[in-house]
Amino acid sequence: MGLFTPRRPPAATDAGARYHESTPVGIDIHGLRRRYGDKPVLNGVELVVPPGQTLVIIGGSGQGKSVLLRHIIGLETPDEGTIMVGGLASTDPAMRARYRVAMIFQSSALFNSMTVGENVGLWLVEHRVFPSRREVDAVVQERLAMVGLEGTASLMPSTLSGGMKKRVAIARALAMNPDLILYDEPTSELDPLVSDTISQVIVDLKARLHLTSLIVSHDLRMAFAIADRIAMIHEGRIIADGSPEAIRADPNPIVQRFIANQNPAPQQPHRP
Amino acid sequence: MNGLLVVIEQALRATGEALFLLAAAAWECRLAPLHLPKILAQMAEIGAATLPITAMISLFIGGVLSLQTGDALADFGIQGTLGGIVGVSMVKELGPVMTAILLTGRVGSAMAAEIGAMSVYQEIDALKTMNISPVRFLVMPRLLSTVVVLPVLVIYSDVVGWIGGGVVSAVNHRINIPFRIYMRNLTDVVDFDDVVNGLIKAMVFGIIIATTCCYVGLGTKGGPREVGQSVTKAVVFSFVLILIFDYIVTRVLFL
Repeated sequence: MGLFTPRRPPAATDAGARYHESTPVGIDIHGLRRRYGDKPVLNGVELVVPPGQTLVIIGGSGQGKSVLLRHIIGLETPDEGTIMVGGLASTDPAMRARYRVAMIFQSSALFNSMTVGENVGLWLVEHRVFPSRREVDAVVQERLAMVGLEGTASLMPSTLSGGMKKRVAIARALAMNPDLILYDEPTSELDPLVSDTISQVIVDLKARLHLTSLIVSHDLRMAFAIADRIAMIHEGRIIADGSPEAIRADPNPIVQRFIANQNPAPQQPHRP
Repeated sequence: MNGLLVVIEQALRATGEALFLLAAAAWECRLAPLHLPKILAQMAEIGAATLPITAMISLFIGGVLSLQTGDALADFGIQGTLGGIVGVSMVKELGPVMTAILLTGRVGSAMAAEIGAMSVYQEIDALKTMNISPVRFLVMPRLLSTVVVLPVLVIYSDVVGWIGGGVVSAVNHRINIPFRIYMRNLTDVVDFDDVVNGLIKAMVFGIIIATTCCYVGLGTKGGPREVGQSVTKAVVFSFVLILIFDYIVTRVLFL
């Protein structure tokens, strides 16, 4: 997806007619490799995500989780390998024209000069999905309600807490009525209570919308709570892939060490 | 030697990318009517931010020009020609260049900082994931607004500079030319072509400021420190390019 590629927004009527049609799409990744300078970050990733599945990719910091997401959404171009989203290459403009792929960034990436409502409705306005502002506002209110943020449309992002910003970012993604939704560390930098709220929002959306969801996280508590399937990435490769139960029982020592580090054994209170 | 080649390669690449950005933004201008509210808001912001300071600086530039030139002319008893000299200097050179430099410091730096921060905090990536062209959304409105507003500010600067020069020529006892005489000489000497050429310069400077500041902003990577460095880089590059293109445009238009 080129920065300088000019795109004409679709006519309001075309986009409006297509808006309510959402079809979960699958992802096929084969032999994905990417280096930054001398450092290999992705080392032959093989991953297939069927339509409608919620896959959580776990792994430590710097193992290539976020880079993998950026490749899937077409923000990066692979050195080798293929990434197909709904049968179309992720870097192919036809993929973006056909499917709506939304991403929630680790930093939330809200536009600070716009209100919450303007952030959530941005895609609808820029793509002229609806002919009137009233319909845009209705969708904005509905999406904010879905993430539990009714009545916040007029607030500025700078006045929100970290957890609220994440929920606004989710509402903004939902306003696209996406076919595929990608979450980059949705619970990072949040306390456990707020993390649970975000996890619950993702679980509710999964139940209501049956979206294909791909979530990158190092938060195992959230991963086991929301995943249909978990894959672990280590040094740019998928080293374990299966149901949450299968991952818990995986004999790979790297997987077991990662799980053990995330769930330290309860310590006995110190008695003098 | 290798270091020099690397610098030349980087400079050529940056020039090519900036020209490509300008071409893409110019192409997006065809959709300007769809983005009119955003463009008008940018224009209002640029105009409101720069108008008071333009007035103050232009008043003193006109005054200083009148004081120094009038003093020299008085030695030869030809201070009656002062209005024309101040008028032409403001219209052809000082108005466009000083206003462009002012706009770079006041508005260009803000453009580089805002877009740079958006790059650093993944907002540009967020736009791309929503299939919204950053060029259409961010660069085109700024380019169009700057190109339209800068000539307007230059006209304003010219007029205020003329008035500043006239006031000084009237109150300074050594120059001592009535405001009416000063203005008559000015209107006799300054013709419409001079004004138009000054406005063409202003439009060229507007393109330079918007393109340079947006290009540097979009290329920002890292954190707050890099945003600061981008602002400095954008302002310095804009100043240098304004002065280089001032010569080129003057050579093409006036000589």
